[in-house]
Amino acid sequence: MYPTPVSLFYTFNFYLFGLVAIASALAFVTRKSPVTAALWLVTTMFCLAALYVMLDAPFIGVIQVLVYAGAIMVVFVFVVMLLNLGKEQLGTDVRGLVGRLGGGLLGLALIAFLWAAHKGVPLASVTIAPDSLAVAQHAEGAVAPVAQPLFTTYLLAFEVTSVLLLVAIVGAVVVGRRGAARAA
Amino acid sequence: MLPESIAISAVLFAIGVVGVLTRRNAIIVFMCVELMLNAVNLTFVAFARVYGFAGQVFVVLVMTVAAAEAAVGLAIVIANFRHRHTVDLQAIDLLKG
Amino acid sequence: MQNYIWAVPLLPLLGFVINGALSLFGAVHLGPADPSLPHEAREVALDHDPAEHGAPTRPRFYTAVTIIGCLVVALAFALGVAIFVEMVQSGQTQPFVQTYFPWMPVGDLQINAALQVDQLSILMVLVITGIGTLIHIFSVGYMGDDPGYARYFAYLNLFVFFMLVLVLGANYPILFVGWEGVGLCSYLLIGFWFSETVNADAGKKAFIVNRIGDYGLLMAMFLMFANFKTLDYTGVTAAAGNLTAGGPLATTICLFLFLACTGKSAQIPLYVWLPDAMAGPTPVSALIHAATMVTAGVYLVVRSAALFALSPVAGLTICVVGAATALLAATIALKQWDIKKVLAYSTVSQLGFMFVAVGCGGYVAGMFHLVTHAFFKALLFLGAGSVIYALHAAYHETHNHADAQDMRNMGGLRHYMPWTWILMWIATLAISGIPLFAGFFSKDEVMGTLFDRAQDSTLRDAHWLGIPGGLLLYTLYGIMLFAAFLTAIYMTRMMLYTFHGPNRSGDDERPLLREAPWIMTGPLVVLGVLSATGGFLNLPPFFPLFGAPINLLKNWLDPVVGPAIIRTTHGVAVETDPTLGVTLGVIAGSIGVLGILLAVIRIKTTEVGNAVPEPAIERVLEHRYYVDELYDRIFVRPLVALSRTVLWKGVDGMIDGAVNAVAWLGRAVSRAGAAIQSGQVGTYAWVLVLGVLAVLGAFSLFLYA
Repeated sequence: MYPTPVSLFYTFNFYLFGLVAIASALAFVTRKSPVTAALWLVTTMFCLAALYVMLDAPFIGVIQVLVYAGAIMVVFVFVVMLLNLGKEQLGTDVRGLVGRLGGGLLGLALIAFLWAAHKGVPLASVTIAPDSLAVAQHAEGAVAPVAQPLFTTYLLAFEVTSVLLLVAIVGAVVVGRRGAARAA
Repeated sequence: MLPESIAISAVLFAIGVVGVLTRRNAIIVFMCVELMLNAVNLTFVAFARVYGFAGQVFVVLVMTVAAAEAAVGLAIVIANFRHRHTVDLQAIDLLKG
Repeated sequence: MQNYIWAVPLLPLLGFVINGALSLFGAVHLGPADPSLPHEAREVALDHDPAEHGAPTRPRFYTAVTIIGCLVVALAFALGVAIFVEMVQSGQTQPFVQTYFPWMPVGDLQINAALQVDQLSILMVLVITGIGTLIHIFSVGYMGDDPGYARYFAYLNLFVFFMLVLVLGANYPILFVGWEGVGLCSYLLIGFWFSETVNADAGKKAFIVNRIGDYGLLMAMFLMFANFKTLDYTGVTAAAGNLTAGGPLATTICLFLFLACTGKSAQIPLYVWLPDAMAGPTPVSALIHAATMVTAGVYLVVRSAALFALSPVAGLTICVVGAATALLAATIALKQWDIKKVLAYSTVSQLGFMFVAVGCGGYVAGMFHLVTHAFFKALLFLGAGSVIYALHAAYHETHNHADAQDMRNMGGLRHYMPWTWILMWIATLAISGIPLFAGFFSKDEVMGTLFDRAQDSTLRDAHWLGIPGGLLLYTLYGIMLFAAFLTAIYMTRMMLYTFHGPNRSGDDERPLLREAPWIMTGPLVVLGVLSATGGFLNLPPFFPLFGAPINLLKNWLDPVVGPAIIRTTHGVAVETDPTLGVTLGVIAGSIGVLGILLAVIRIKTTEVGNAVPEPAIERVLEHRYYVDELYDRIFVRPLVALSRTVLWKGVDGMIDGAVNAVAWLGRAVSRAGAAIQSGQVGTYAWVLVLGVLAVLGAFSLFLYA
């Protein structure tokens, strides 16, 4: 894919995936049934994966599908099905009209602020040459340019994250145990 | 493509926030949090294109943390469900002052 | 000796402190044995066995309080006499001022705590402490079995202290301190038996009505300060010399000062407190409401003579008010049945005489009448006290609840209380102006001065509300003659109903009536002698009597009031024409004799209690012209209504509302806080997002601003 062709086709697909992502996110937020919502979220994640690939991050795109859509969302769906939550179990799920309107306004405000905030002046010395991501990937492959900083410059973060994972696993097991209520 | 990516990311993030504020089902709220994390990931990836691979490295770490958080959070939801037999967030009010 | 003038007021103050401390020890808790309850109510409440009437039970610390209470005033009197003798021998003419510390130095205003000894103040000191000592001794017997004994003497000493401060002060603010202080003591002593609502109300009425007058004194002081820049007597007298005679400033100051006098000395329109003040113990009435406090107004006018002499209009006003008061009070006294009320209205009437005198520039005449009035009015009150004491003791024995002060329960007491009878007749003759008694000379002096001023003075040349001064003064002279006539009548009436005729006290009580003990009758004797011979203080020159010295008081007070007197008579010293003087004296004396004779002839003491329908005018007099009811309608009720609606509901409601609003605000804030602490994750998420928006907003502003 080097260099990334920024053509009409590319732009059109970019916007398409973007819009689909937003639309599925909106759909996800407004569903009553948890399973349906989960599936819509999966759709959003797929679109995002496509976007990642179009943004010179193929490795990220793949692990997005594998980990997020394939593992995390599956866990969510498992839990939903374990708890046997149906559509009818919660009655009026979404908060009252005032809450929804307020939330919507807050969302719009947030978008506005975020858009305004991003106009900050970037540090000029930090930018890299255009397309250098694609160049590196073409030279070393998709994984190496990501793995190499991960295991050298950001090794500490990596190790801490692995410890975090260990703690999370242990914690999930402990919290999720049948006798957790009595042990607490 | 940076401004467009940021715009999409902002909108997705805002949708996630609205979901967290509006929904009462704990699992759906969790999923909204995941959506917010995804939006942030998009921002990172978009910036990585301009500022280097560090952005993508961070995305990896974010995903890891998101996975861990989802696991623990769902374990908590299940434990709570065993007590109250509901995932309604409004039922969790022991800290009511 | 004058250097020790500070000891004169300080001795009674010391007595107050000691007696006050002792009174706190002996205090009994409120309840059936409340010391302030009237004797009968306490007896009933304590289930007192009537057979156990032995010697009266002495209150706690009786000996100590008696000795200290009477001794301090007697010592003050002795010191006053010593200073007086020294002044006579040294013949000083300038006032002696002793400054103790600067009290209020503020900018232009320099007020010092200072006492002034001059002829006028030492005269007042002698009157106050002398008659005060006699009354203290009388009170030992009168209040001897009252549980509030120590408290009574404490208040009495405090009163003497304040009165001395009033007359000895060297400037108007110190006088005002004493002025207010005697008002306070008057309230405390009138309401001495405060558990009866009537007594407490009387005390309140006295204090409040007095306060209305105090406004006048304050305004006068403000005006004096604004224009003279000083409030010392010496300074004001000097500054008054520069004022235009008859000008608006002098008139205004004098009218304000007179307003204060109407309050303190019970003139129209503020006299209504004095008859109610008879609710206090009788020695209190004698001291405060006959001899001393009510004369403070006269003292004030004489002290400010330099100002009053400048304003004929103010002088005429004072004369008019004084004469009207004298006449009004005399008519009311004709139909009162309470013996103390008769004497109260008599006091008001005689004060009217004093004010008529000082109003037209007869400052010496006014002071002379003040002194002689102190003698015979104190004697009358103390004598009435003896009578009431005797009746009260008799009723106590027989457990009769009749009023011991009502003359309809008296009669024929001369058989049982001969000493009191004779002494009170001496006082009656004095007050009626029978020749050679004290009252004759002083009243004659007052009338003579009035007549002189009517003939030629600055007042004669002035106009009062369009009426020429001379015509007005002659008319007032006639009114005063009529008032003197009425005085003789009502006093004789009082004596007839009390001491003559058949006894109406009741068959059980009659054998129990006896003379008061000597501790009470002794002071009466002293006062009787003074009432008989007091006239020699100021014999007029056309009345030479066995070579006795003439014009003693006039010469004595000349350094203080002489220039003011001369100013009212166009700058020439006036000597009364001897023929005119004798004629006026004869008229005054015969008026008195006529009044007594008329009363003796017309009043039938046996007709009391018969259901004779009274004509309307007598009913009006008996109800005191309904003045109290009028004041109640015009002033009291609207004020109370205003206070209830505007102040209580409106202003107080606003203040309460503000305080409640603060409390409500606190609760509202806490409610809001509690709402935030809902324990709901959703709420916390909301707050979190709002916080994020706030930060982002600040960030954006920072970027764009």
